[in-house]
Amino acid sequence: MTLPTWLDNPAFGVGLTLLVYCAAVGFRSKRRGINPLVVTSLFLIVFLSVTGIPYEAYRAGGDWIAYGLGPATVALAVPLYKHAAAIRRMLGPVLLGIIAGSILSLAAVLLLLYIPGSPRELLLSMLTKSVSSPIALEITKRTGGIPELSAVFSVLSGLFGSVAGPAFMRICGIRGDVPLGVGVGTSSHGIGTARVLLDSEWAGGVSGFSMAAAGIATSILMIPVYGWL
Amino acid sequence: MKGIAILIAFYLAGVALEAWLRLPLPANVTGMILLALALFSGIVKLEWIEKESGLLLRHMGLFFVPAIVGTIAFADMIQSHWMYVIAGVVPGTLLVMAVSGFVTKGLSRKEKNVHDSADVAG
Repeated sequence: MTLPTWLDNPAFGVGLTLLVYCAAVGFRSKRRGINPLVVTSLFLIVFLSVTGIPYEAYRAGGDWIAYGLGPATVALAVPLYKHAAAIRRMLGPVLLGIIAGSILSLAAVLLLLYIPGSPRELLLSMLTKSVSSPIALEITKRTGGIPELSAVFSVLSGLFGSVAGPAFMRICGIRGDVPLGVGVGTSSHGIGTARVLLDSEWAGGVSGFSMAAAGIATSILMIPVYGWL
Repeated sequence: MKGIAILIAFYLAGVALEAWLRLPLPANVTGMILLALALFSGIVKLEWIEKESGLLLRHMGLFFVPAIVGTIAFADMIQSHWMYVIAGVVPGTLLVMAVSGFVTKGLSRKEKNVHDSADVAG
């Protein structure tokens, strides 16, 4: 099968992704519930399967977009730095909360691994579900899981946490901006942080700090786990 | 553009450090730590990168799109193990959220008044 050359050009994947993403962001300004990441991804999946354009053709440009994850993760240093002064006052409790959550997140999935007949590759990709996708991708490259699948689990956890998180924390009686930010940031990274930001900038700042710190904590906690897997 | 160049430079530094020192941390996390250190020590000024990093963080979702589209290949795998997927994502996320929130709340309350530290056990 020969493709028209314009489909093989990376500009196709880059342009298509940007176009659909911008449209999704535009829709969001009308209806707040829309998540541009979900809308864009679903649209592209349907679009590729309907038109029969092979994934490889899209990927030539998709890889360019995905490259942005590196610098974007590095940019997390900015909220970390900006809110450090405000967080310093409560640094102990905040860090311990983040570390407890990160340990629990790994432990829960490691336990599932011990169920006889459990899908090992899938669960290895799930270990990092609470951290931001770019960090999950990198960690999962080292565990023998499927990096792309780990990104999906990160997004699923982020979406679920952003939808259910604030209400769940209220039901649990965990009130206050700082515990909310730590809980949502540690469990649901950037997608959860964006949700918390809608209610309180301070809680959003704590959540942003927590997602960065949880990413670092999980990367460090994984060091002994690699050898053990 | 200066901000983008600085962010890419720190990412590259992370990649290089990871390769040379065989760091067990992902290159992007290493780059993030390096940039945080540079900000705290004043080597990099916040205003050099504030606008561009804000832009990247606001649109972080965009960079995930190709990875998510790439998972069409795993649809069968997720479907055949949907129970594990739900078991891991739903209670796992809620548990992590509640415990980290409880620990932070319990500990910060203990600093103010001595009683009521039971939450810490979470």
